[in-house]
Amino acid sequence: MDRGRGVVGQYQLSQLQNIEAQSIHIIREVAAEFERPVLLFSGGKDSVVMLRLAQKAFWPGRIPFPVMHIDTGHNFPEVLEFRDRCVEAIGATLVVASVQDSIDTGRVVEEVGANPSRNRLQTRTLLDAINEHRFDAVFGGARRDEEKARAKERVFSFRDEFGQWDPKNQRPELWSLFNGRHRAGEHIRVFPLSDWTELDIWQYVADEHVDLPSIYYSHRRQVFRRDGMLLAVGPHVSPRDDEEVFEASVRYRTVGDMTCTGAVESGAKSPEDIVIEVAASRLTERGATRADDRVSEAAMEDRKREGYF
Amino acid sequence: MELLRLATAGSVDDGKSTLIGRLLFDSKAIFEDQLESVERFSRQRGDDYTDLALLTDGLRAEREQGITIDVAYRYFATPARKFIIADTPGHIQYTRNMVTGNSTADLTLVLVDARKGIVEQTRRHAFLASLLRVPHLLLCVNKMDLVDYDRDVFESIREEFAAFASRLDVADLSFVPVSALQGDNVVQRSANMPWYEGASLLHHLEQVYISSDRNLIDPRLPVQWVVRPQTNGQPDYRGYAGRVAGGVFKAGDEVMVLPSGLTTRVAGIDSFGGPIDEAFPPMSVTVRLTDDVDVSRGDLICRPLNQPTVGQDLDAMVAWMTERPLHPGDFLALKHTTRWVRAVIRDVHYRLDVNTLHRDESASSLGLNDVGRVSLRVTQPLFYDSYRRNRQTGSFILAAEDTNVTVGAGMLHGPD
Ligand SMILES: Nc1nc2c(ncn2[C@@H]2O[C@H](COP(=O)(O)OP(=O)(O)OP(=O)(O)O)[C@@H](O)[C@H]2O)c(=O)[nH]1
Ligand SMILES: [Mg+2]
Repeated sequence: MDRGRGVVGQYQLSQLQNIEAQSIHIIREVAAEFERPVLLFSGGKDSVVMLRLAQKAFWPGRIPFPVMHIDTGHNFPEVLEFRDRCVEAIGATLVVASVQDSIDTGRVVEEVGANPSRNRLQTRTLLDAINEHRFDAVFGGARRDEEKARAKERVFSFRDEFGQWDPKNQRPELWSLFNGRHRAGEHIRVFPLSDWTELDIWQYVADEHVDLPSIYYSHRRQVFRRDGMLLAVGPHVSPRDDEEVFEASVRYRTVGDMTCTGAVESGAKSPEDIVIEVAASRLTERGATRADDRVSEAAMEDRKREGYF
Repeated sequence: MELLRLATAGSVDDGKSTLIGRLLFDSKAIFEDQLESVERFSRQRGDDYTDLALLTDGLRAEREQGITIDVAYRYFATPARKFIIADTPGHIQYTRNMVTGNSTADLTLVLVDARKGIVEQTRRHAFLASLLRVPHLLLCVNKMDLVDYDRDVFESIREEFAAFASRLDVADLSFVPVSALQGDNVVQRSANMPWYEGASLLHHLEQVYISSDRNLIDPRLPVQWVVRPQTNGQPDYRGYAGRVAGGVFKAGDEVMVLPSGLTTRVAGIDSFGGPIDEAFPPMSVTVRLTDDVDVSRGDLICRPLNQPTVGQDLDAMVAWMTERPLHPGDFLALKHTTRWVRAVIRDVHYRLDVNTLHRDESASSLGLNDVGRVSLRVTQPLFYDSYRRNRQTGSFILAAEDTNVTVGAGMLHGPD
């Protein structure tokens, strides 16, 4: 009746199937154990893959929680358009929490200066939205390979009533037995993509034909060089006098605020092309394209402690 | 491609983080911006050389103190395999984080400083790895550069460790002499140790045979979630979603649902990508049954002729991870597979001395970092196997009822 050890060789999952199975397991645990989960969805590649995994977890049922976008007001229009199309296609409920609203109501004050960014302001908007909707579990698409502070974070990451992460005092997390217990007002950040790398994401996008915003693929764009990055000319970013604007074939490796997300020069038109480029890349995606991480050595850790994604 | 999960272990400063840094660096898995940032930091701090441990020691406090505090996860691939590395702390204060990193490992790298030899923390970590039943253990005798690459030093540590390990439950044990700092025997075999004829560390990681390490004998599916779309298209669909924790399931199999004990058959196994012929660990699937039996989260699907133990009185090895000691009479929250129950501690039978492996039967409590044999009673029956037989259905965690913090990890004993 049962299979002996001789034939076990055939019962193997590939590395990608393996991490996919783990992510689905995590998502189902959250849906089952929390009262009000929400999935953070920006339209970026990681959140799109996370949404696909959520779809798979409950299929043929619907995803049993809403998705939420923290809208900085500085989005790429292609990404906003994609967000709405995607949410509608799978029939999910979208909650939008807007940084502009936080500014208008005086919860936060817009940065001034040469390079104003709403990156840090998002944290307040996010925490306010979590409180307002009483979300008790918040799925984030962060990956441990992205950054050294993220490399340290648990899959179920406890946040106190102020939304703070305490990296020196994380709960033990054994096997796949996740502990989401918390008191009212506290919440858990959940990272189903913890073990995925940038290359895994692109391999998965290729294998599963996952649809992404067009800016992830090579396109012509007016750009200028700042701090070694290519920034797009747009309503929220303009070149200084000494910054020369030129047109180039570019794609985005990450999608955040237009003000702090840089493009890379690339001719990659398909996920398969990008898999090849990413495999050969000598820079991390955040190192190559994110000004928000360049503030200091521990910029991410500091933001995360305050409750950032 | 195949995946290998490995974790480090060993005493503080024995070179775990440096070794992982060296492994990543020499196998060209470091990005330029990561390397630059580490070089800059090392320079500013006044190090004589670039401290590769900074590649994993990423927290501010870790860099200030020069030690690892919590697990760092790193990812890399060679043409042979993909690897997930958990670099864990050696300091006794952070033993719970070492346990966290090693609980899912296929292989543990235990480091020893060649000058200091085996110390209490080496034994504690090797013991914990064997308790967690990590199937492969690789002892790295590190800092060989500081003992003139002396073969006798390596051999004597190897003998001493082999003697200790023979009293542990270690399925596969190997040894490699390395210098994490200089890179000897990490990726390439070293010319400094011609007397060593084994494989380099990386070669060993690429070669070690891991596919027999799962339970494909005992079919177990803990139900996580009941899928009921209730849409017009599929008004009657009812599927039981979960992650296969053992054995193989296929359509037509006769199965039993616990706790009800009702038997039925597998009507089909579904996934988003289409029907699945056979489900096996660690797949996440959705199973449909032919009869309309009552199944909910926390139930377990198995085979009528291969059932787990069902019971409320548990006997387990418990690793205790918090300052407040564990005493008989304590109430705790316990999570096993997909089920939370309440547990009361009935008895602490003994505490293990990690140095001597002696059982102290006079012990009546477990303190921080202690491991001991404990009996518990839980509010509802659990469906379990011995941890030795199945890591998924044989493990549980304990959480404090007031703070909700995870305070203990349990490995169940069963009838076999
Ligand atoms: N000479 C020499 N020094 C080494 C070697 N490996 C590590 N070191 C040094 O040993 C010290 C401790 O190294 P780490 O890698 O931080 O040790 P660790 O085991 O990760 O320590 P914890 O994580 O805090 O337990 C550092 O100063 C390293 O440079 C080696 O092979 N040779
Ligand atoms: Mg270390």
